[in-house]
Amino acid sequence: MNCTKCPTSTRAVIGLPRHNAAFCKACFTTFVHEQVARAIKAFKMFTPEDRILVAVSGGKDSLALWHILLALGYRADALYVNLGIGAYSEESHRKVRHYAETVAASHGAKLLVHVVEQEAGAGIRELATILHRPTCSTCGTIKRYQFNRAAVEQEYDVMATGHNLDDEAARLLGNVLHWQDEYLDKQSPTLPASVEGFAKKVKPLCRLSEREIAAYAVVNRIDYIVEECPMAKGSKMILYKEVLNRLETESPGTKQRFYWGFLDKQTTPAPATESMAEKDQRTLTPCTICGQPTTAGTCSYCKMMAKAKTAAQPRA
Amino acid sequence: MLVQLSHPHRQVEIKGPKRTKELLRELNLVMEAHLVIRGDELVTEDEMLADADQIEIRPVISGGA
Repeated sequence: MNCTKCPTSTRAVIGLPRHNAAFCKACFTTFVHEQVARAIKAFKMFTPEDRILVAVSGGKDSLALWHILLALGYRADALYVNLGIGAYSEESHRKVRHYAETVAASHGAKLLVHVVEQEAGAGIRELATILHRPTCSTCGTIKRYQFNRAAVEQEYDVMATGHNLDDEAARLLGNVLHWQDEYLDKQSPTLPASVEGFAKKVKPLCRLSEREIAAYAVVNRIDYIVEECPMAKGSKMILYKEVLNRLETESPGTKQRFYWGFLDKQTTPAPATESMAEKDQRTLTPCTICGQPTTAGTCSYCKMMAKAKTAAQPRA
Repeated sequence: MLVQLSHPHRQVEIKGPKRTKELLRELNLVMEAHLVIRGDELVTEDEMLADADQIEIRPVISGGA
């Protein structure tokens, strides 16, 4: 498979069926940067003058996001929250520190660190046990609180997270399956600082799939933690992603159409509603042959039968 | 070829030569949820993998809550 963008047709490193394209390393990096730049512009996320705080975990999405924003010339620092999940947290902390020292520092960007155990007296697993709450839910509350607090207290203009197309499509599927429409507003790629004390929050990777971001990290030699958080095993989000990936394999572009279609509907004002009965009364008339309602003069059934009879007649 | 897998971390020996998509199919894995890396380079689904290749199949799905 060769790069579909290069005039010299260099060997491709990734095929993207949903875009009917394949890219070499250089063209793929350009493609990813363009997708992020489009999201930043389309959803009015931030300007080159803004100070951005990136929420980093040591995983592919957040480190790739930090990398892309620095490559695009934005002023982006990062905050890492050490959750105290034993060897997993130690390894993810090491990956973040390594990236900050070897890459981010050369762009003048700094890493902030919050250690849950230092403030709460226990790690995330112990806190979840004490509170009788699921670990992922406890973790989510702590991370949202600490990232927002750091962004507000240290006067960043905006907080950026590494949520990608798969994250948003899976969350949307979960919200729709359970009709949790009160959460749908929060799926916008830009959430304004609606009240005093809330930082503006953005998701610049919302146009890119999880696989594209992982590929970007490999191509650009970003050393991230491949191991999954031990607490996420068996989570519903992973199940929804697996289901969506099956659909995507059969029909490329499904995840994109699902999530982007939702965003389009969110931003487009709904037309004046007409009931199904009103619409039928306006558009349907009796078929000229059988009298059943149809939008055409002669209904599809009568047309089909007339055609079949003509075709079945013996030739003279 | 020696194939390294994750979640859980393990290694399996698969007979080559074989195209990337055939390797994934044999292991019952979906391309959309994985990257295939030969040495330290990504390969596409139509790439022919040889018996002597060192392959990593890296899952890309993550997420809790």
